[in-house]
Amino acid sequence: MFENLQDKLQGVFNQLTRRGRLSEADVDKALREVRLALLEADVNFKIVKEFIARVRERAVGIELKKTITPGQQVIKIVHEELLTTLGDSAPINLGGRSPHVIMLIGLQGSGKTTTAAKLALHFRKSKHNPLLVAADTRRPAAIEQLKVLGRQLDIPVHFEDSSVSPPKICANAVKVAKSGAHNIVILDTAGRLQIDEALMEELNQIKVKTEPQETLLVADSMTGQEAVRVAEGFHKQVDLTGLILTKVDGDARGGAAISIRAVTGVPIKFLGVGEKSSDLEVFHPDRLASRILGMGDILSLIERAEDVLDEEVAERSAKKLLAGKFNLEDFLEQLQQIKKMGPVTKMLEMLPGWKDMTRAVKDTDALSEENMEKQMKRTEAIISSMTTKERRNPKVLNGSRKKRIAQGSGTTVHDVNQLLSQFRQMQKMMKQFKKPRARQNLMNMFDGFR
Amino acid sequence: MFGFGKKKISDSLARTRSSVFGQITSLFGGGEIDDELWDDLEALLIQADVGVETTMDLIETVRQRVTREGVTKLADAQSILKEEMQRLLDGNNASDFDRERLVTVVLVVGVNGSGKTTTIAKLANYYQRQGRKVILAAADTFRAAAIDQLKIWGERANCTVIAHQPNADPGAVVFDALKSALSRKADLVLIDTAGRLHTKYNLMKELEKLRGIAGKQVHAAPHETLLVLDAITGQNALSQARHFKDSVAITGVVLAKLDGTAKGGVVFAIGRELGVPVRFVGVGEGIEDIMPFDSKAFVDGLFG
Repeated sequence: MFENLQDKLQGVFNQLTRRGRLSEADVDKALREVRLALLEADVNFKIVKEFIARVRERAVGIELKKTITPGQQVIKIVHEELLTTLGDSAPINLGGRSPHVIMLIGLQGSGKTTTAAKLALHFRKSKHNPLLVAADTRRPAAIEQLKVLGRQLDIPVHFEDSSVSPPKICANAVKVAKSGAHNIVILDTAGRLQIDEALMEELNQIKVKTEPQETLLVADSMTGQEAVRVAEGFHKQVDLTGLILTKVDGDARGGAAISIRAVTGVPIKFLGVGEKSSDLEVFHPDRLASRILGMGDILSLIERAEDVLDEEVAERSAKKLLAGKFNLEDFLEQLQQIKKMGPVTKMLEMLPGWKDMTRAVKDTDALSEENMEKQMKRTEAIISSMTTKERRNPKVLNGSRKKRIAQGSGTTVHDVNQLLSQFRQMQKMMKQFKKPRARQNLMNMFDGFR
Repeated sequence: MFGFGKKKISDSLARTRSSVFGQITSLFGGGEIDDELWDDLEALLIQADVGVETTMDLIETVRQRVTREGVTKLADAQSILKEEMQRLLDGNNASDFDRERLVTVVLVVGVNGSGKTTTIAKLANYYQRQGRKVILAAADTFRAAAIDQLKIWGERANCTVIAHQPNADPGAVVFDALKSALSRKADLVLIDTAGRLHTKYNLMKELEKLRGIAGKQVHAAPHETLLVLDAITGQNALSQARHFKDSVAITGVVLAKLDGTAKGGVVFAIGRELGVPVRFVGVGEGIEDIMPFDSKAFVDGLFG
């Protein structure tokens, strides 16, 4: 269902030999897919262009490795470049005199008020004493919304009548903070368009009156191509110091983050990842990069596979599979390889689309770490209790042999039968894969684990 | 009404015209019909959030027609492009707001911050002015002060708001609102729901439940289910529309915040892939800043 870049690149590269260097033509073919992935992720068109040029320069002519596929090698370069563009996480600047003023600005509906409450909670958790300021006098009930959030979190909110001008409210709030020993002041401003000159001027007045250490743009992760112009507009007029990306808990790829970073150069500070006030995460460039590429955390998976897997073993298994000679002995070997990569569920979570799949499953217990590990252990025990002859040719397994195996592995004959029927199903599948096209698909599948 | 709407759309699109789509017009202003034209057009459509797939598809269609019809003038090629763009938006069933029935029920859904509450206020005002008796159901009991926000708008639009306490069961709010609509002989009920990301399984289930409750109270309700979409949204809008269509069978889109620089090009993709039409556009923060969607005016407006 969810085609990711990894699959696409594999498609591009599966005709190539795995020796030598990446040619210009190969790289271009691959980068076409990368370009599409980035555009589908809403990275701005022009920024994609520059980005692709950079990757191209690095990728052409690199030597191919044996342990990972050419596709994975290109992804690695793309990923590294994305990380460079996204930059490192930066903490909120708490230098200078107290109280530290943090001003949140952005378009309507980007999530400023919710983020203000989340930030306040974040700071209180780290022993600060924040004051929330309701400076959105335009949207009906915005002041009330912040008051309710403040009450829920037991964090004080400075508010005044909606007829008072926002710069004045903010200036008063700083005074209140000083007298009330609040060391952090969070200004929740009204949503506005970057082309609304009067309202942009209002932001500057607030800045003059409160001298904020941080002016953070709150941007929706679902924003499209316009992210560039919005960020540019705000940055030009009020000098941003950072970015908070919201609604990251949906399925948006968040390419807007790349666009905004590229045009403003300001660091991404936090991600909003849910509706609860505690749903604020410090920004990890790694995760966002993978997400933009539509790859889950598959990079970590590739890296781990590279570290752990024995290339020769993997290749032998693949050959046997294709020849239809895959037996229980090979199965055990595979199992042990996979185990070396760490907890199975952790690995599965790294796969794109896995979370959606588990959501659809009612019996989530069956997918728990405990159950998976148990299942693997049991399988390993059963195969280990077989003789070499039995592993190589499961057909010899009769009632008394099964009974012996069950006893030896501390399982039941039923468990042994279950494993055997699973294995038979697998073999049946393999036979289908012997057809040329399916065979290619299988090869690709295995590439993922090399 | 229509003339006003047309004017306002083109007003709000003036900024875009001077940028992305303005470039399209200048693209067709001189030169020849060649590969460069198609490449430039591709770049410009993608930058308007039309999406890669829809853009490619659109260009291919226009190219084929240009060849088949032997078009040589740029102006004619532009007309074909406009026609094809409009076709993606049209061909959909007409609005169900105005059909004669005891009471028309409209469920308004969308992700957080897309502009649902404001849109409802505008719709309420719009239909009150047409002489319909409107009741608002404050079924967003989750977001802090969402109920207060709707109540303030209700006062400004001069219509009744049925509300419960914060965190009350939204189903109960819908139930009450429909009941009082029947007893007060109101003829339009607009249901404001809490913003939710379309990927949240439980919240989407809750929305399905609301739909069920409406259907039990009033025959065939909700008669319209509108997805409010922020015009600045990129390709994720397609995923939003798909999910909301699957779970609550949205019948239309309201394109909100069309007064910025973003133009909501993704509605072409939504029209093409899901066949869900745009019903209204929101063009400002005032209560009167809404108008029925007119695909011709929209496309014309984009080209200036």
